Amino acid sequence: MSALSRHLRVLMLALLLGVAGPAFAQASDPTPLQFRDNAEEARFHRLTAELRCVMCQNQSLADSNAQIAHDLRREVLDLMRQGKSDPEIKRFLVDRYGEFVLYKPEVSPGTWLLWFGPAVLVLAGGVIVLRIVRRRSAGRDVAEADDNQEW
Amino acid sequence: MLPELGQVTLILALLVSLLQAILPLAGAHRGKAAWMAVARPAAYGQLFLLLAAFVVLTVAFVTQDFSVKYVAENSNSLLPMMYRYSAVWGAHEGSLLLWVLVLGIWTAAVAEFSRHLPETVVARVLGVMGVVSVGFLAFLIFTSNPFARLLPAPLEGRDLNPLLQDPGLIIHPPMLYTGYVGFVVPFAFAIAALLDGHIDARWLRWTRPWTNVAWAFLTLGIALGSWWAYYELGWGGWWFWDPVENASFMPWLAGAALLHSQAVTEKRGSFGGWTLLLAIATFSLSLLGTFLVRSGVLTSVHAFAADPSRGLFILIFLGAVVGGSLVLYVLRAPRIAGGAFVASSRETLLLANNVLLAAACGMVLLGTLYPLLADALELGKISVGPPYFGLLFVVLMTPLVMLLPFGPLTKWQKDQPRKPFAMLVPWLVAALVLGGIAYFMAPQGPLKTAAGVAAGAWVALGTLRFVWTRLRANGKFTPEMLGMVLAHFGIAVFLIGALLVEAQNVQRELAMKPGQTIELGGYGFRFEGVEETRGPNYVSDLGHVQVLRGDKPLMRLNPEKRAYASGGQVMTEAGIRPSLFGDVYVALGEHLGDGAWAVRVHIKPFVRWIWLGALLMALGAFVTATDRRFRRKPEAPKPEAQPA
Amino acid sequence: MNTPSDTPGQNKSRGALVFAAVIIGLFFVGLMGLLAYGVKQSGRANREALPSPLIGKSAPAFDLPLLHDPATRIDNADLAGAPYVMNVWGSWCPECRVEHPVLTKFALTKRVRFIGYNLKDERGEALRWLEQFGNPYMLVIADEDGRAAIDWGIYGAPETFLVDGKGIVRWKHVGAVTDEIIANELLPALEKAEAQR
Repeated sequence: MSALSRHLRVLMLALLLGVAGPAFAQASDPTPLQFRDNAEEARFHRLTAELRCVMCQNQSLADSNAQIAHDLRREVLDLMRQGKSDPEIKRFLVDRYGEFVLYKPEVSPGTWLLWFGPAVLVLAGGVIVLRIVRRRSAGRDVAEADDNQEW
Repeated sequence: MLPELGQVTLILALLVSLLQAILPLAGAHRGKAAWMAVARPAAYGQLFLLLAAFVVLTVAFVTQDFSVKYVAENSNSLLPMMYRYSAVWGAHEGSLLLWVLVLGIWTAAVAEFSRHLPETVVARVLGVMGVVSVGFLAFLIFTSNPFARLLPAPLEGRDLNPLLQDPGLIIHPPMLYTGYVGFVVPFAFAIAALLDGHIDARWLRWTRPWTNVAWAFLTLGIALGSWWAYYELGWGGWWFWDPVENASFMPWLAGAALLHSQAVTEKRGSFGGWTLLLAIATFSLSLLGTFLVRSGVLTSVHAFAADPSRGLFILIFLGAVVGGSLVLYVLRAPRIAGGAFVASSRETLLLANNVLLAAACGMVLLGTLYPLLADALELGKISVGPPYFGLLFVVLMTPLVMLLPFGPLTKWQKDQPRKPFAMLVPWLVAALVLGGIAYFMAPQGPLKTAAGVAAGAWVALGTLRFVWTRLRANGKFTPEMLGMVLAHFGIAVFLIGALLVEAQNVQRELAMKPGQTIELGGYGFRFEGVEETRGPNYVSDLGHVQVLRGDKPLMRLNPEKRAYASGGQVMTEAGIRPSLFGDVYVALGEHLGDGAWAVRVHIKPFVRWIWLGALLMALGAFVTATDRRFRRKPEAPKPEAQPA
Repeated sequence: MNTPSDTPGQNKSRGALVFAAVIIGLFFVGLMGLLAYGVKQSGRANREALPSPLIGKSAPAFDLPLLHDPATRIDNADLAGAPYVMNVWGSWCPECRVEHPVLTKFALTKRVRFIGYNLKDERGEALRWLEQFGNPYMLVIADEDGRAAIDWGIYGAPETFLVDGKGIVRWKHVGAVTDEIIANELLPALEKAEAQR
């Protein structure tokens, strides 16, 4: 690993773990966000759990301690209070940070394989099972096993 | 001096494994008994050498020999003794040595407990395991030498990653590897059967306990990882569908399918070809997982430090082993007609089980690799996370959960659908009623709560119905049956835990000053302030939170924020009050100045049921493995299938 | 346990097996290819940088004070008409120190307007940093709370943008800038932007 990328990694790790000493950035206000009611809090948690921290090694916006995550959470709450809907908030973030920020990829031709692939697998499996069963039972007189069948 | 000795033992182990790979396989091919006889001693010899290497590395850590590069990178003079032992597998090189050692243990175990099998089979199985050893030992020696020196030796080491300085992390990797690596046994057997050109139910009977034990250890390893993440990472989650987690979950799913498929092939002779393919696939997924975690291909805070040259080496090895196995399979896969059966039979149900588990495994693979695929196809950088995996996993597992109780109650070959239906319908109704009650009693998330209760009750009651049927019939339970009952109960317990904690968990985060109290979920939390303390290699802000039930003090919790001396890394340690029906969970956030702190409080109902369920599943698999029938000496050979 | 199947059945199953073998084979080869690509990519230093969705779109509207003179504010209109390169930095950012000499050299060529964007910094610290290491920027705007940075899709420092005369974002780089990146990416993008006026 080059010295350069090592530095970057250190920076990322530092930001990830929220190390913000006086020599470093003027940290975002880490005071926990205040919610108006339970419904708002629940919606906030649900929404931020579906968004990705843009700077971390795979953490949700809800869980990350990075500065940018603090800032973005505040932003999300502001947008919620401005009356924006969940899809609008997601679009806001995607416009600025790209699709990367969504943990639930949009259904588009680029993600058809992702969303419909498993269904295709199950269907294919089902068809195979059907054919096997048909083949195994066809033309033979399969006796019903007796009740004391060996396990 | 000692590290060089360690290096020598590794090189010797490589040579021995070469012998173990080449001679027995050639001997089985040519019918040379002398060559085949090399297999067992080679296996024991290899284990001895690997143990020696492992002990040498451990000694280097315990004596804090910073002239060994790996020790310097993963240890520190302040590191407590307990973690000096676990630091041995704390990073890439050492954990790979553990991997190879575990493989050596499995190999020696197979050598020891296979005395009742024909020599050609033993030779082939041990030979294949030898091939895997050769690959990993070569990888170890040529790209990831744990004994490489760092001269001049630094005065102080870098330190073991503080995330790993924890008891849970001490046993998680060994358990996980024992499971992962253990799938080499059914794999080796499958290759041996393909090389031999025969597949015989009696050999399958022999592999079943090994597969069960490996799967049990993998279950424990994954559960330990989940539990560790829960209490260590500070936000109360227990599964994130992180690529590294997925890397261990895919072999688990395939292994579960394999367990069931082996049962069918062993008892009814059907699906032998599919069982072989699954055995190859399961171990291939273990290898894939090992690759993903160490190659830097995927982004995860959990992954080992990336190095493209290492990634390439494992990839080539992976390609060779898996590719070679698949070619062999296509050329030699036997087509056994097997017994006849109709749609309404246990065979069909187990086929459905396999289809659903395989589809789930495929889904996890797809989701994990999709960002890479999108990148390769220039579709941009996308993320695939819990909303995708969670949703699709539930969708795929729902039919499985619904069909589960029918399996044990449906006869092989042919049964009248109304019979198992009649036995189970009352219990289905009972489960739905319980779900309905839960729906109305739930303080929040009624739908998920009802689903969790109904699903768990359905599986539990359906399994109980089987127990009752059996008791009424002749009261005899083979260990296999007992194991199945335990494991299926484990699934019920897990379902309740997972769904209820998602539906019912509550959390709050706020700024608190000493003396303030908040209420949550029927508990009171009085924040009493934070004091500075020290640990052996860290400075800690130790929080004191008094948990109250009404007005009565229940217990004191001590969430911490530790800053480690070696690198200033900050770790949160949650304060948890565990209980069967729900955890109380407190974590410290940032210091807000003036003695005020951000405090995060969670109530997590039934969260322990998740790991309890996993424990039951593992126990069930262990119990099944003890069944004497699997170790009976094989009877005289019956007419066998010919290759295609 | 084994009943030899009759011939037509055998042919049908052989066909099925070949089909299955082809599918498995294709899947395996595809997987290996994908993983090989992944290994190759993992060696690249910039693999974790997020591509900017702003490329080709108008730069976000902003209105920020100057670092050196907080009473004066700068917005998009003030910078329109000619391309500019905007470098996001902070006194807290170690990588910014690493790229500083490269940026200074580039600024001295006076090839294009070079703006500094001081992100989430304390004013005194930022000024001291510039004094200590030198100020390559034509002007420095200060974003103390980081709100405007979100509109730019900025998530850390250093980051560098190229915006053309019409206010369209043409190029973004995440991480420290090197001479090669300036020569191979920034300058060609700048030439293209200027040619299209």
